[in-house]
Amino acid sequence: MRILPTLLFLAIVAALPIAVPWLQFVFTLALAHGLAALGVALLLRAGLISLGHATYYALGAYAAAFLSRSVGVTDFFVLIAGGILVAAAAGVLIGLFMVRYRSIFFGMLNLAVSMILFAFLAKFYGLTGGTDGIRVSTPTVFGAAFDRKTFGDVLFYSLLVIIALVTFGVTRYLRSPMGEALSAVHTNEVRLEYLGISVNRVLLSAYTLSAALAGLGGAIGGIAIGHVVPEMAYWTGSGHLVLVAVLGGIGGVLGPLIGSVFLELVHTLAAGYASDVWNLIVGVTLLFVIFFLPQGLYGLPARLFGRKEAAK
Amino acid sequence: MTQPLLKVSNLKVAFDGVTAADGANVTIAENEFVAIIGPNGAGKTTFLNLCTGYVRPSAGDVFLRDRNITRLTPRAITRLGIARAFQLPQLFTDHSIFDNVLLAIAARRGFWQALTPLDRDSYREEAQQLLELVGLAKVAAFRSTELSEGMRKLADIVLAMALKPQLLLMDEPTSGVSSDEKFDIMETIVRALRAEKVAALFVEHDMEIVRRYADRVLVWNAGRVMAEGTPEDILNDPYVRENVVGVV
Amino acid sequence: MLQAFIPLLVDGLANAAVIFFVAVGLTLVFSVLHILNVAHGSFYAIGAYVAVSLSLWLLAAGLPPVLTFPALLLSAAAVAALFGPLIERTFLRWTYGKPEAVQILVTFAIFLILEDLQRLVFGVQSFYQDTPMQLLGSITIGGIMYLNYQLLLIVLAIVVLVGLRILINNSRMGKLMVAVVTDREVAQTLGVRTDRVFMIAFTIGVFLAALGGALASPTSGVAPGLGAETMVLAFAVAAIGGLGQIEGAALAAVIVGVARALAIYFVPELDVVVPYLVMLLVLLVRPYGLFGRVQARRV
Repeated sequence: MRILPTLLFLAIVAALPIAVPWLQFVFTLALAHGLAALGVALLLRAGLISLGHATYYALGAYAAAFLSRSVGVTDFFVLIAGGILVAAAAGVLIGLFMVRYRSIFFGMLNLAVSMILFAFLAKFYGLTGGTDGIRVSTPTVFGAAFDRKTFGDVLFYSLLVIIALVTFGVTRYLRSPMGEALSAVHTNEVRLEYLGISVNRVLLSAYTLSAALAGLGGAIGGIAIGHVVPEMAYWTGSGHLVLVAVLGGIGGVLGPLIGSVFLELVHTLAAGYASDVWNLIVGVTLLFVIFFLPQGLYGLPARLFGRKEAAK
Repeated sequence: MTQPLLKVSNLKVAFDGVTAADGANVTIAENEFVAIIGPNGAGKTTFLNLCTGYVRPSAGDVFLRDRNITRLTPRAITRLGIARAFQLPQLFTDHSIFDNVLLAIAARRGFWQALTPLDRDSYREEAQQLLELVGLAKVAAFRSTELSEGMRKLADIVLAMALKPQLLLMDEPTSGVSSDEKFDIMETIVRALRAEKVAALFVEHDMEIVRRYADRVLVWNAGRVMAEGTPEDILNDPYVRENVVGVV
Repeated sequence: MLQAFIPLLVDGLANAAVIFFVAVGLTLVFSVLHILNVAHGSFYAIGAYVAVSLSLWLLAAGLPPVLTFPALLLSAAAVAALFGPLIERTFLRWTYGKPEAVQILVTFAIFLILEDLQRLVFGVQSFYQDTPMQLLGSITIGGIMYLNYQLLLIVLAIVVLVGLRILINNSRMGKLMVAVVTDREVAQTLGVRTDRVFMIAFTIGVFLAALGGALASPTSGVAPGLGAETMVLAFAVAAIGGLGQIEGAALAAVIVGVARALAIYFVPELDVVVPYLVMLLVLLVRPYGLFGRVQARRV
């Protein structure tokens, strides 16, 4: 694993809020979205563009909200475990038919699923709180109850540890035969079948993993904000996830995380000075990165310092 | 009589009104090297596709020893021991040649692992050996797009060999290779296959290659075997010479 | 029972007409340029905003209300003229040959930019300008009142469908487009100016979207978020019909329009879901859409 960049990234993200306290919440949300974007990036390696990954983010968030409100679970880790499990289970079920499709058609079906979920969340007031959503009360941590502010700190530092673990795990996955197979599917899936490997099985594993990552991100995001809403499943949310994945660069595991932090920072700054044009700024930034930084932000240091960045 | 390795009986298929296979009957014994020759459009590649499950026949059967593999998927047939190399080399263009071979080895030895690296010592050793065997070790770090057609063809064949199959199907293994490399490459492949006791069925247009390396030759025409015999018999047969080889 | 059904059908078909305009533009652009334009819905919204603004200005300036009709058409043309060549030449041209994800993201970026531009130029309130609808009035058939404007929409949609088909089959530009769709490389080799074909196809697409928005504005008004809503709906309809299939988009629009009208009447909660349910069901059975065609891979 690229240990140094990862540690550097985590160190910066951990240290900055000490100097600038309001960054902590920004980074919390950014990393939560970043996890979902990482899921999207995995599928992008296989040439699959998920235009509906907000489905799993929303499922993770709502699962945590349900467990908290209706089942009475208060422990933070149980809540996010719930989010991961629900999203992963949905990922397997949906993935079973989803992996038969490629490129645009894969994207479209995922989009359809996300819009159906959105409509369901928005309409069934009795179950889902409709457009009001569901409040998520502050969880406990191993039995200890905290006030909102202190919980925010606990959440943030736990999240850093989670990110470290996820980065480690996903990097190992990408180096494993199953992970390397993802770009093999993209370049020559016929050859893969002729090596005796089931392409659908490779894709289903990746799809489930990416759903689990998005569910983890969603649960954390929902808990951090304290409120889950149907908009979490809307198609523009999925679009933002793809945006972040490509912005950060899909070549590594850090890319989507960096992209998400960058975007969230831009968002916060824009909200302060130019909230009307937040979308415009994101759009222009995206175009800039696409036109001038084909490997995303992750490739920026290499370009600046002239090294050739390997595409793997 | 020992059971043949591959037995094809009465295979038929038609595409868009063109009969690509019209009652093809073929047997291949263990360790045998069989060449298929014939004019273009005779259905030779289609035959290979039928044997590996890429195309479904409308009638007839394919047996691998005593197992009917006619309706199996390419993946299942590969797992049973038939490996395929293609007319246009099929490689993973975003991976180095070395990694391509690693993937093939992993496919055989243990693919469904999510946390242990592909790039492990035991796989590396085997990949290195294979690549040295065919002379690709020096270029193994390159991507396939950076190599010559001949090297790509060779890499494609190496991928199939890495699966340690019982039968290797090759589609024009030396086409696209420069004439001074042809014989060296074919020599290397044949030697490696014989050492591993792998049978081979290959489509070839170069009669000299056929003469030197085939145990038996099948002359293909209009979707079936028109004649078969040793290279000597076939290549000296006047009818074959005129209609297939183009020599009078 | 039939009494209740016919007005439903008319509602559904009028809705289908509007959906058709925007979906056929999207599918045409995809067919010729192989790009899924995520900003397509934005042109619908901008068409609607311009039409409403123009009508309001006309009426405020004391001009005859009947001019609001040509104003609808003019709005669509203006939007197409402004955005079509501009966006195709500058942004899309750069993306040809690049990976799909990049192409989609470029159009997504344009969508984001246009979202805020709309807000900046037109503000955040919703508008309503139904003069064209009022002018046409209604007719009563068999005891039920129908809005003539709805009937006009249906007629116009049919005109556009037939017109597009004639354009593609018989005009020079149409044949060039078919050539480019069939085999881009060969077309270029034969000397077809593919860059011009792309620009014209894209501009037609923008025009159709803006026309849909302009024509719909008297019935539904405009509000922020219209572009996003319309985009995903257009996408669903184009996918159902088969990307690149004009008649497919028409059939899909009818199915979705009527299904929605039925849903609103019987199960209102499902109204928003209907297009995506239909899309899911259709794509599961026919992955390339109702009229879509498969491209086999040869080894």
